[in-house]
Amino acid sequence: MTTLIWLIPVLPLLSFLIIALFGRLLPKKAVAILGFGSVALSAVLTIVAGIGFLSSPPPEGVILSKIYTWIETAGFTAQIAFLFDPLSLVFCFVITFVGALIHLYSIEFMSDDDGFSRFFAYMNLFVGSMLILVLADNLLLLYLGWEGVGLCSYLLIGFWYKEPDNGYAARKAFIVTRIGDTAMILGLFLLFVSFGTLDISDLMQDASEKWVTGSPLAVISALLLLGGALGKSAQLPLQTWLPDAMAGPSPVSALIHAATMVTAGVYLITRTHVLFMLAPVVMTAIAIIGAVTLLVAGFSALAQTDLKRVLAYSTISQIGYMFLAMGIGAWSAGVFHFMIHAFFKALLFLSAGAVIHLLNHEHDIFRMGGLRKKLPVIYITFLIGGASLSALPLITAGFYSKDQILWFGWSSVISSHWLWLAGITGALLTSLYTFRMIFITFFGETKTEPAHKSGLIMTIPLIVLAVLSLVGGFIEMPENIGPMHLFSGLFDGFLPDVILNERGNHELILQILSGVVTFGGIWLAYRLFYKKSAFAIRYKESRINKFFYSGWGFDRLYALLFVRPTAWLSEIDKKDFIDLIYKNIAGVTVYFNLIVSRTQNGKLRWYVLVLTIGIVVILTFMISL
Amino acid sequence: MVTVSMEMQILFAGLLFLTGLVGFLVRRNIIFMLMSIEIMLNSAALVFVIAGSHWMQTDGQVMFIFILTVSAAEVSVGLALILQMYHHFKTLDADALKKLRD
Amino acid sequence: MNSIFYIAASVAVLSSVMAITNRNAIHALLYLIISLLSVSVVFYILGAPLIAALEVIVYAGAIMVLFIFVVMMLNIGMEEEIEKGWLTPKMWIVPAILAAILMGIFIYVLKVFHTETTGTEIISPKDVGVSLFTTYLIAVEIAGVLLLAGIVGAYHLGRQQKKVIHRFLVKDGSDKKEVT
Repeated sequence: MTTLIWLIPVLPLLSFLIIALFGRLLPKKAVAILGFGSVALSAVLTIVAGIGFLSSPPPEGVILSKIYTWIETAGFTAQIAFLFDPLSLVFCFVITFVGALIHLYSIEFMSDDDGFSRFFAYMNLFVGSMLILVLADNLLLLYLGWEGVGLCSYLLIGFWYKEPDNGYAARKAFIVTRIGDTAMILGLFLLFVSFGTLDISDLMQDASEKWVTGSPLAVISALLLLGGALGKSAQLPLQTWLPDAMAGPSPVSALIHAATMVTAGVYLITRTHVLFMLAPVVMTAIAIIGAVTLLVAGFSALAQTDLKRVLAYSTISQIGYMFLAMGIGAWSAGVFHFMIHAFFKALLFLSAGAVIHLLNHEHDIFRMGGLRKKLPVIYITFLIGGASLSALPLITAGFYSKDQILWFGWSSVISSHWLWLAGITGALLTSLYTFRMIFITFFGETKTEPAHKSGLIMTIPLIVLAVLSLVGGFIEMPENIGPMHLFSGLFDGFLPDVILNERGNHELILQILSGVVTFGGIWLAYRLFYKKSAFAIRYKESRINKFFYSGWGFDRLYALLFVRPTAWLSEIDKKDFIDLIYKNIAGVTVYFNLIVSRTQNGKLRWYVLVLTIGIVVILTFMISL
Repeated sequence: MVTVSMEMQILFAGLLFLTGLVGFLVRRNIIFMLMSIEIMLNSAALVFVIAGSHWMQTDGQVMFIFILTVSAAEVSVGLALILQMYHHFKTLDADALKKLRD
Repeated sequence: MNSIFYIAASVAVLSSVMAITNRNAIHALLYLIISLLSVSVVFYILGAPLIAALEVIVYAGAIMVLFIFVVMMLNIGMEEEIEKGWLTPKMWIVPAILAAILMGIFIYVLKVFHTETTGTEIISPKDVGVSLFTTYLIAVEIAGVLLLAGIVGAYHLGRQQKKVIHRFLVKDGSDKKEVT
């Protein structure tokens, strides 16, 4: 079975090479089959490997598949080796399965686009890099995948490159995540200098042995890795790129900015959780960042008018939940929420993409309306996705994952009630903005007519994801409903359990509370946005709405703090005054040349004069000796 | 026959040479420059003869003959060139011939 | 006898100075001829009658006459104004200084390297001729070649380029082509 593991990332990469080199020569169908088929095949392989892994667990609990020794120098070795353990199993499953569905969807979505083969090439490269990221056995290979997904994100956001705004958005994404990447590589340097290796399992072992909890080096390296995670996962303060990244096609938003790349940060922190647990102050920071981000993004989502931007802020908010979970030590809960979130967020993005596509690229929700009757299937899937996002109790998967996080937020030893409060407020905001979006888009009078119906290829992924959004949560249910711990059982021994304090018997109350909050949010959205109360209309024009609309003014802040000084510096350096030093050396030489060349004036008498002066000088010297 | 000291003879030749040199440096008319060159050549030949007479050999006079030959050839060629220059530039200014510089 | 030397020497120097400071070209050339004649006298005093004669015949007689011919041909004797413009007094400063320095060097060297004076005797033309055609034969031949080169060069360089009109073009203004 070890041979299968390395095929999982290699298949999409192979297909990328073929499509990139020969894509223009192949017919569209071939490109589609190749693009979708490679990811689908990887999904099948993942499922097979997963089944094999679960049925007969290997001796150490992991499968290591060594391919090639990449670097071998004095003191540093790096292999290309893939590590298959429960964590990477879950991530691989989500990436390949959801990825395959999105590739299927984009066959129809991008069918009339000129860059069809280019799209599939980039998408396959992305899936391959992401798989390398989650399967990597050492941090250097992980960083390779990290950079690969960053590159593909840039390429795909700016896919329709003829619009300059798309290029700006792509550049913004790349530069902001680059800040995080720099922090991460510094963290890698620090870890290497401390331990001499970047192999993850060795590193975790050495770290737990050599560093005491709370030692400064542990804190610094954890902080640096956290910086990298913040960049990729679009958390505070590096979250400004994700809303603008919606300039890319909807399958891109679904795959990269909902399901996979933005969760790379979550993967990194979970994978190196030993390091983070050695630095409790960093864990607290993670939890606080997660909580604050989910609130900030929740408020911002409430004010957006672009359909995809609401979903983008929603993504930021949900990843905030995952960070919150990791920060309080609920590692498996965070991963569980990641998986469920991937399902319903990809579903939401794909449905939104279908809506936008069928309405001839209309993004503004206030210009949609009444699509409930016109696009029934899409309406149903969107509704299911939205319900799962709002954590509708008992029937949606989102309820189980979010509720688990809220429960641990209340009861974990290292958590505090404020974090729970932030989480529950976020839940209220979530259902509020979700159903605002649904009511405005699908109810009311139709302002824009859909141009045509969606085809089967686009609808099948939506249906599959909708089903998963409903039933996916049943593998992990809390005690009082029907104890099912299939998911967290997977991580027994790999991820530490959450330590609860004696407030453990309040679970039922909390569940009821979160259900009330969800329904309350739906009712509020109904009152404000369906009935269109005067309060809503007044609120829309208020200044606080504009503040939320701009994402709490972060773009303006960063423009003031960083962009303007840099632009000012390059403005005053327009004459390039450092280069001027070198130019002046040449200038001085030319000046002297001009002076000396005046002796060559072509006049005969001048030459003889100089000759005579020379004779005088020489004779004087000769007779003085 | 004559007992003038050799220094005075050479001094006389030197004086003639310097006169020619100064004349060359000062005059702008090219005919005068050629004239000054002749004065200088003459004085150089004079020094040869002085030396020849000092050592009482014929070599000095032989050298004079050769210098004379050279001077004659050079003058004829030089004057031919001056004719060309006059027909081209319509002036005898030596400073008109500085265009080759660029 | 010594005084003849000094007189001839001063005449030579004086007429040379007059030659180079004169504005009229013909006058300057005539002064130069006087200078050459004085130098010829000096040659005779030094015991070299052959070259005294040669100086007069060749140098003063041929070369200077050539100069005068050219000056007359170019008809530049009457351009006194231009010459006056070119010979400003401040032009003389630097050459005079240089000449003075060189004179000083001359005098110094001559004073340092003092030699004894002996009497001179006349070196007859016969000795010179013998020496020319035995010891310095090759140099004589080369001198002949040099003069040949001088003649050819002077002829060629002195030729006026005629204005060349293409042989097909007729000179009366209309340019109808004539095929010969």
